[in-house]
Amino acid sequence: MNAASALSLENIARRFGSVRALENASLVVRDGSVHALLGENGAGKTTLMRVAFGLVRPDAGTIRVRGRAVDLPSPAAAIALGIGMVHQHFSSIPALSVAENVALGGHGAYHADRVRARVRDICEMVGFSLDPDARAGDLSVGAQQRLEIVKALARGARTLILDEPTAVLAPSEAEDLLAMLRRFADTGGTVVLITHKLPEALATADAVTVLRHGRTVLAEPVTNVDASKLATAMIGGAPPAAARRERRQAGQVVLAADHLAVRDERGVMRTRDVSLAVRSGEVLGVAGVDGAGQHELLLCLAGRLPPSSGHVEAPATVGFVPEDRLRDALILEFDVAENLALHESGRARGRLAWSRIRARAAEILTEYDVRAQSADALVSTLSGGNQQKLVLARELEPHPSLLIVENPTRGLDIAATAAVHSRLFDACEAGAAVVVYSSDLDEVLALADRLIVMFEGRSRDVPLDRAAAGRAMLGAA
Amino acid sequence: MRPATPAPGASAVSTWRHRAATSLGGAAIVVMVAVLSLALLWVALRLAGFDATLALGALWRGSFGTWYALTSSTLVRATPLVLTGLAVAIAFRAGVWNIGADGQLLVGAAVATAVGLAWGAQLGWLSIPLALAAGAIGGALWAGVAAVLRTKFGVLEVISTIMLNFVALDLVGYLVRGPLQEPSHAYPQSDQIPATMHLPILIPGTRLHAGFALAVAASLVLWWAMRSTAAGFRVRAIGANPDAARVAGRVDVARTTTNVLLLSGALAGLAGAIEVSGVTFALYENISPGYGYTAIAVALLAGLDPLGVLGTGILFGSLEAGALSMQREASVPSVVVTAVEAALVLLLLAISRRGSAASIIARFAGARSPTPDDAP
Repeated sequence: MNAASALSLENIARRFGSVRALENASLVVRDGSVHALLGENGAGKTTLMRVAFGLVRPDAGTIRVRGRAVDLPSPAAAIALGIGMVHQHFSSIPALSVAENVALGGHGAYHADRVRARVRDICEMVGFSLDPDARAGDLSVGAQQRLEIVKALARGARTLILDEPTAVLAPSEAEDLLAMLRRFADTGGTVVLITHKLPEALATADAVTVLRHGRTVLAEPVTNVDASKLATAMIGGAPPAAARRERRQAGQVVLAADHLAVRDERGVMRTRDVSLAVRSGEVLGVAGVDGAGQHELLLCLAGRLPPSSGHVEAPATVGFVPEDRLRDALILEFDVAENLALHESGRARGRLAWSRIRARAAEILTEYDVRAQSADALVSTLSGGNQQKLVLARELEPHPSLLIVENPTRGLDIAATAAVHSRLFDACEAGAAVVVYSSDLDEVLALADRLIVMFEGRSRDVPLDRAAAGRAMLGAA
Repeated sequence: MRPATPAPGASAVSTWRHRAATSLGGAAIVVMVAVLSLALLWVALRLAGFDATLALGALWRGSFGTWYALTSSTLVRATPLVLTGLAVAIAFRAGVWNIGADGQLLVGAAVATAVGLAWGAQLGWLSIPLALAAGAIGGALWAGVAAVLRTKFGVLEVISTIMLNFVALDLVGYLVRGPLQEPSHAYPQSDQIPATMHLPILIPGTRLHAGFALAVAASLVLWWAMRSTAAGFRVRAIGANPDAARVAGRVDVARTTTNVLLLSGALAGLAGAIEVSGVTFALYENISPGYGYTAIAVALLAGLDPLGVLGTGILFGSLEAGALSMQREASVPSVVVTAVEAALVLLLLAISRRGSAASIIARFAGARSPTPDDAP
């Protein structure tokens, strides 16, 4: 084996029950490089990396670290070999400080000063800013992610595995993170970047590996590939054409907000003096960095959070897709049909006709291409992408005249994303007013007829232009 | 794309029918655990030098062994346990930690007594529904204090309801020494309620009163309501994920919580009114030997299922009925039954570590249920 490979996974296979998550998946990561691991949802990217981090034991195959075959029975074993992983869902303790979170899992006495100094050293080394004394729960999403990286580095990781790290970041934060990963690799570290964003992989990585159906279908230096070659490898055919639609004359005003101020659940003022109107057949795009007030604005417009001042005029039934599907959209221990019945259940009266609901649920699974064993399957058994499709199906199904969606395609692959976009356009053609926020600015620009950008709780009308929107998101003129 | 994959470690497909089968399986597990607990009791009694075989025989004769024991002892004992067990089960299902069923039962008993003493003689048989309704309303209002404290001041009901138990106990202590004390002022108890307010006997020749029929009816109605009605669905939804219920379902979580607490208090208050009008016929300071606390075990053992509560309530009723005859016949202190009840719950938790009772206790202890953060 090539001695210069920091990590190499050879012909890994792993089944979960009757499902083959991985069969014959291989990944060779050169020392001192950034390696992008691409694939659609369910292609096995995360599972393969969980094998590399000792969270999943492979049924077959060999793992080598710096050329030596190893057994990884636990994450502790992987950490001891210098492998660190940053998961999609963060694992810090909100009530503890940054330094205390970094110290967790260590041994021996806890010296606050030493840990603080260590955090500062690591931040300086990789070019981060992170206050060691800040409470982890008060950090922005971007800062929480930096904390996860610092935690891994503090345990001596030389090979960092990051699972879709930019999915939760604003464009400028994502650029900063990718630049940091690049520097880390240039100074001798190794990075495995799980992603399904092609531009990100092409711009940052030295090499790419593409998984499809649990197999490695492409492994090349980045110089040998381009976006269309990668997309073809990922989906095993030509990529679907991006959805398009005719821009029509907008109709009557469906949603109107007048000098709206909104406080979040903790009573903090998040949105100030926002006025807007959205017409039938129109898509209003909303952009903003994490925490700029767009989440509370959309909750309020959807009737899920009362305004603290100002006024909203909206239809009685609003389709709403919240950003955090596990917390706000789905009940994991309920089955598919029950989750569909959740829609507007606050207003339901009398008996629920379960036999009809279940029959309709089975149809919806087919119509919206949600892959679940049946309408009786618990939602916790669905993959993330299928959970998202289920939420969209539930909200689109009653054909509401107003549709408010946050990150509608988070966790979806290329084909499913295109399907969701065309569904949104269909709803719009049928006369719905649509408000869409996405942390992916390109997605907002692709969907919107008009754009507002949120910054520190205030909104601004901005032309549909990437540079102008990017500046407005940072508060620049 | 490939078919949906279960998250690693997640249980296999769970269908509606499958879940019905699981609840039957749950009943089988409870029976198994009960037998195991009794085996442990036998060993413990042997080690303590008692005639264990005689004692267990007495336990059986005092609970299910004879028609009279079953109807007049076990089912009479089970009635307040089923009703308070339902009170706890429905609250816990909604994620509302009502530990105050005992206090709500006491207030229900006190209100029913007061109504009976004041109007029972004039109203005739009408005083029965009146006293039962008054008891239920009393219990609901007592729980309503906790509801107001939670919704207006953010006081956790797990604290306030348990505190209100002690207040209720002192309130009853005051009533039976003050306003409601019997005319001779010799004993800390109320006067006897008029005979017109005594609950009818269901089976002649036994002490089984109509309160048991009400407990069975309440189990059936709640079981149906939890699975078939929109209100029951909301209760389950706010218990499973209040954020999703609020955001996706536009459920008014505060209102649903309040309603559940009121209903829970009403069930416990009804249990108190039934004890007065069916068993004791007067208000005593120690009218409840901790029914509202045993109710927590009854509810958890039943997996918070209302029909299951009927079963576990009767099981616990039989243990407490049998304990008395065990004491009479084999001189075994009746408190050992409390140890059997505890062993039952602990064994069940040990067996079904991933089961509903365990996960509910885990949430009760403040731990968050795990989410599959790694669906591929």
